[in-house]
Amino acid sequence: MPDVNSNLSQVAPLGAEELEPKIVAFFCTWCTYMAADLAGTSRMKYAPNARVIRVMCSGRIDPQFVLAAFANGADGVLIGGCHPGDCHYQEGNYNCLRRARLLKRVLEEVGIEADRFRLEWISAAEGDRVRVVINDMVEKLKALGPLRMKRETMLRGLHPQEHPVQEVCV
Amino acid sequence: MPETKDIDRSGVQIGVYVCHCGTNIAGIVDVKALTDYAATLPDVTVARNYKYVCSTPGQELIKRDISELGLNRIVVAACSPCLHEKTFRNVTAEAGLNPYFFQMVNIREHDSWVHTDRQAATEKGKDLIRAAVRRVRLHKPLERKRVAINPSVLIVGGGIAGIHSALTMANAGKHVYLVERDATIGGHMAMFDKTFPTLDCAACILTPKMTAVKSHPNITLWTLSEVTQVDGYVGNYQVTVKHKPRYVIEEACVGCMECIDACVYKQAKVPDEFNMYLGKRKPIYIPFPQAVPQVVVIDPESCIEFKSGKCKKTCVEICADRNAIDFKQQDRTETIEVGTIVLATGFFTFDAKRVPYYGYGTYPNVYTGLEVERLINAAGPTSGEVILRDGRRPKTVAIVHCVGSRDENTNRYCSRVCCMYSLKLAHLIKEKTEAEVFNFYIDMRTPGKGFEEFYNRVAEEGTHFIRGRVADIYPSRGDDGRLLVCAEDTLVSTVRKIPVDMVVLATGLEPQPDAPEVCRRFHITCSTEGFFLERHPKLAPVNTFTDGVFLAGCCQGPKDIPDTVAQAGAAAAEALALIDIGYIEQEPNTAHVLEELCSGCKTCIPLCPYQAISFVESKKKAEVNEVLCKGCGTCVASCPSGSVQQNLFEDEEIFAEIEGLLAYA
Repeated sequence: MPDVNSNLSQVAPLGAEELEPKIVAFFCTWCTYMAADLAGTSRMKYAPNARVIRVMCSGRIDPQFVLAAFANGADGVLIGGCHPGDCHYQEGNYNCLRRARLLKRVLEEVGIEADRFRLEWISAAEGDRVRVVINDMVEKLKALGPLRMKRETMLRGLHPQEHPVQEVCV
Repeated sequence: MPETKDIDRSGVQIGVYVCHCGTNIAGIVDVKALTDYAATLPDVTVARNYKYVCSTPGQELIKRDISELGLNRIVVAACSPCLHEKTFRNVTAEAGLNPYFFQMVNIREHDSWVHTDRQAATEKGKDLIRAAVRRVRLHKPLERKRVAINPSVLIVGGGIAGIHSALTMANAGKHVYLVERDATIGGHMAMFDKTFPTLDCAACILTPKMTAVKSHPNITLWTLSEVTQVDGYVGNYQVTVKHKPRYVIEEACVGCMECIDACVYKQAKVPDEFNMYLGKRKPIYIPFPQAVPQVVVIDPESCIEFKSGKCKKTCVEICADRNAIDFKQQDRTETIEVGTIVLATGFFTFDAKRVPYYGYGTYPNVYTGLEVERLINAAGPTSGEVILRDGRRPKTVAIVHCVGSRDENTNRYCSRVCCMYSLKLAHLIKEKTEAEVFNFYIDMRTPGKGFEEFYNRVAEEGTHFIRGRVADIYPSRGDDGRLLVCAEDTLVSTVRKIPVDMVVLATGLEPQPDAPEVCRRFHITCSTEGFFLERHPKLAPVNTFTDGVFLAGCCQGPKDIPDTVAQAGAAAAEALALIDIGYIEQEPNTAHVLEELCSGCKTCIPLCPYQAISFVESKKKAEVNEVLCKGCGTCVASCPSGSVQQNLFEDEEIFAEIEGLLAYA
């Protein structure tokens, strides 16, 4: 993946970036993505730090996606799914919950603070909850500061063949 | 002029289109900057911005670029994919590309509408476009599956909404299963006396439709029945219906009602649900004279035969060789196959006891609106006389609006019908009793055809209107059984205490208590208040997020009869549209197994909620049945070897999206 390195020359200036944490948000299309749409339609205002990736179900979220997000420089990862019992696919959110619990322990093991990874049940009607959760997460991430983790360490962990040891900045 | 690069038809050629959406996007996001930025991204051949990309000229722009510049991937940064993804996939297809060589970027709902900082919103837009550009490169051509639609329809709920939907579809020649949990259809409307604003008699306009349902050759009417399980998918639902025992064989009963007279209970002793417990009925009864079906029902809670087994069973005796009574009936389940479903499960009236200071349940002369409907109704417990629980006839009546509506402590929403039914009750009470009527309101809400005129008419008739929320209701000091209604009259800034004989609480509309369960059963969503959520509040008001499931009436939110009937007709039309075309095209986002990678570990198999994955013994590999797969992707996330992939959401596509989002982080 050549892009990883080619972009390094364009890293945003230090300082400015440190203040604004970046959140990768995985939202299920039925509940939380709709809630984020509703927040938009209702013109609720919230911090511009989260970028949403839409998946059909929170059950689709492979723990590797979360790791990849951290490895690529995310300061926080948010997963949004349907409330327990409300999953459009019956129980995908339960599978997500199980994986998230385990993943949280793994993340803590490698030094990624608990507040950086969050799982929230947000129904399609809860636009305001999107606002509250993202704002709250941004606040907590600001308090934590940028993720101090050698991204190459994580990238190597994810794709050892594609990311051999080499000289790259953090 | 946007910058165009040399055309290289061999590789990926991406066109990026940034929409202004008037000022909806361009007002906050710097669309010019986004376009310039997009043009610098790898593989982007052309990047343009346009005022409304979804408009015909906008669509033509994309089509022209596809043919002239040889684009083979399209990215549109505009509104939510829920709105226009289909539009642009069609554009892509019309220009000769596979419709799935397209990716939508949401820079309106998720960006311009929710952020105020122009720079931050623009930066976010750039990240999102970069992610889409990276992702779309990896898109594969996909084909939509066609699924046949079973022409039979299930309608849940036999109120006016269900009845109207059922008749509309049955008249169009479709077979309808109408499932009602009570012993009769008719719902709340059957309980009303008159309907606002025209004062049509509710029974006169409803009962012909009820009997039409019963006699319609295309309608299978199941009363005392409930849907317990829904399997399958649009066009092919398998629905399990539980029939509760009536203890009377519907086909054998002729509705003569001799059994009711013959019952060992000489007097009716059981509080009558249909009359809001103001009247009495026998253990064997018919809910109301025009009930459909015209068949009696036995209430096992009060029937002596059920309680002791030692009844003389005079009902069976008189029924004689008709043999319609069967004490041994049991729950029975039945599975039917339908293609579409209309939910018309109605509403629940707010429990006035939840506002204790209004004294409902404490002071006998405090009534709910629905109770007064029954009192006024000629077929009601008092044969249409307004007689209080203490036997008096009221000389002064207070009607309290917004009980359980527009109240932070109960429900915040307006129930929409209470102002109008309060006016109707004011008129009817005045007509029947010549009592003085006081309406205590917060705001009068009479938006509807003929509604404001009706309000004026009632005001001219001499009904008093006091603008103020009632703070308290308590008995007056004397022994006259009167109640004092205490409220601040906000128009003259004075506190009023008005002694009245009768208080009518205009109780609001709530979701049915089991609405959350019903939501789960039908795989739909509830709104915050608990009513069923429509797909789009304006453009898809009767659709749900589950294809083939439609909404009608108050289960979607409070509404009056005209709106309910309009919505029921709309739900029928939406269902008919699906049925008449005969098939639906489904998203190709199903999972599939890459055999060479599958180790046969079977991790995915138990995770599939649809039993779509099986283990092929001969190959020792898992296999996904694409017909059963609904595309959640749970199996994909679980596969330790990455051998299960989901179309449109392949691992590498999502990784590309993640890396794209963060490429500059």
